[in-house]
Amino acid sequence: MNAPILQAKGLTKRYGRVTALDNCDFELLPGEILAIIGDNGAGKSSLIKALSGAVIPDSGEITLEGRAVAFRTPIEARAAGIETVYQTLAMSPALSIADNMFMGRELRRPGIMGSVFRQLDRPRMAKFAREKLNELGLMTIQNIHQPVETLSGGQRQGVAVARAAAFGSRVVILDEPTAALGVKESRRVLDLIRDVRARGLPVILISHNMPHVFEVADRIHIHRLGRRLCVIRPQDHSMSDAVAFMTGAKLPEGVQTAA
Amino acid sequence: MPADMTPAKAGTATTYEDGLHGASTRVAEFHEDRSPLKKIQHWLHQTPSAVPLIVLMVALIVFGLLSDNFFKATTLSTILQQISIVGILGIAQTLVILTAGIDLSVGAIAVFSSVLMGQLTFRYGLPAELAIAIGLLLGTAMGFVNGWLVARMRLPPFIVTLGTWQILLASNFIFSANETIRSSEVAARAPALQFWGQAIQPGGVRVLYAVFLMIALVAIMAYVLRHTAWGRHVYATGDDPAAAELAGVPTRRVLIQVYALAGLFCAIAGWVMIGRFGSVSPTASTGQLGNIQSITAVVIGGISLFGGRGSIIGMFFGALIVGVFEMGLRLVGTDPQWTFFLIGALIIFAVTVDQWIRKVSA
Repeated sequence: MNAPILQAKGLTKRYGRVTALDNCDFELLPGEILAIIGDNGAGKSSLIKALSGAVIPDSGEITLEGRAVAFRTPIEARAAGIETVYQTLAMSPALSIADNMFMGRELRRPGIMGSVFRQLDRPRMAKFAREKLNELGLMTIQNIHQPVETLSGGQRQGVAVARAAAFGSRVVILDEPTAALGVKESRRVLDLIRDVRARGLPVILISHNMPHVFEVADRIHIHRLGRRLCVIRPQDHSMSDAVAFMTGAKLPEGVQTAA
Repeated sequence: MPADMTPAKAGTATTYEDGLHGASTRVAEFHEDRSPLKKIQHWLHQTPSAVPLIVLMVALIVFGLLSDNFFKATTLSTILQQISIVGILGIAQTLVILTAGIDLSVGAIAVFSSVLMGQLTFRYGLPAELAIAIGLLLGTAMGFVNGWLVARMRLPPFIVTLGTWQILLASNFIFSANETIRSSEVAARAPALQFWGQAIQPGGVRVLYAVFLMIALVAIMAYVLRHTAWGRHVYATGDDPAAAELAGVPTRRVLIQVYALAGLFCAIAGWVMIGRFGSVSPTASTGQLGNIQSITAVVIGGISLFGGRGSIIGMFFGALIVGVFEMGLRLVGTDPQWTFFLIGALIIFAVTVDQWIRKVSA
């Protein structure tokens, strides 16, 4: 088996007296879709935030391609090639699609206009944004300069996923990408997740939707009470097994103590 | 359910989504059949400075019809001259309000900076140019303190600047010992302080350097906000700070930079004040009224108090509207209180329009 591309060992994060992550381990293998499931409050979000730099764990270590990393901000994680689509999408509603796609990594014009006058290269950014949206076949947006708040929920999700897929070079993390979407729009996003994997990028998918998880995931990381309970393969277990594991109704084979 | 009730389908349906076969596969559709009102709403959403521009045009036409003297070059240059300080303070206020903040201390920073420039020259004998540079630097530092308290201590901008407004104004009176430096003295010993009060006079119409400065600064900041990454970050920070932070905008650094830059613009306004009034006075009314006047220009200019929306050109139109109303009503010969009455009504109108535009996505 390949060495994990992204690995975490013994992550712990406490908020006051609440322990969100309790000595948690995590492994993502190259080219796979790894789903993370867990009951509400199990610490899924904290784990993702620790991996994407939005939260600094109290202890534990994270390695990316074998090298230890310690992200202090999401920007550092992005610079290392980890792109995250947050549940809130992290988009500025009043700004345009192109502005949002390039937020925090804007392109400047070549020559003196860019170096001295810091002028943005809007034509190049618009072209890139349009290409990425078309490439993913996600939507037919007529005007790349229209504000994000004028898009529907599915379109916004599409823009956010396109942004992550366009810039992510090592790992793409998706937090509940289908939660706010209708059936058809969810299907597009699931296809999109497979497209991302087909390009060789591993995907971490956090979702409550068991049919979606079992359909696209290669492996399923079950999170319970702040730590990894087990990792299962969708072909070996049923959805009700997975739900039983994550709620503590049933213990997976090989796990001794009630977590 | 009896088995014979689901004959053929049971064999073909393997996943729950198979029912989608034959359904429309289009995801994104744009309905262009909008009502005219919706179209206006969308247009205003894209062009936030359109409303103040229209109001300005209407005001110009109305006052032009009511008063024969209105469309004279001297009248128009006087209007520009009178809004030059508010216009520059308005640039500072625009930056802060775009980040969903508010700066009540703009007038106090301007007056204190002007007093610092004057006293450093007259009391401590520094060359006027050096005193101006130090005054601009100290004004920036005052803004930086505001920004630091807002961004690092996470205090509400209203409270922070309400406090620094009083602190700076009091420091200004204590430091200056309430002394005014007379215009004639400034002119004789430190003419650099009055630089922006000079004027060109094409055909007998006086246009102050201060007017050109205001227009140049508005143009520069319009470019910076529209065409640089930093400008986009200011908008993103005001629009949704959490989203901006996650998208990679260093929102706290942006906030500190915005307040510090606002402080610099206030200090520039302080320098312009010396040129406009001639003297250096710690009791200049700008200290008390500058914040309200600049907020008025910003709000009438269609910039959202909730942050992230509007353009600095709109603020410029807003300042012009106030200037045109004041001058026009004076020429028409009404009670000057009507100016404030109408400006009050305009503020409420502007915020109503803003709220309506914000509902564009609904």
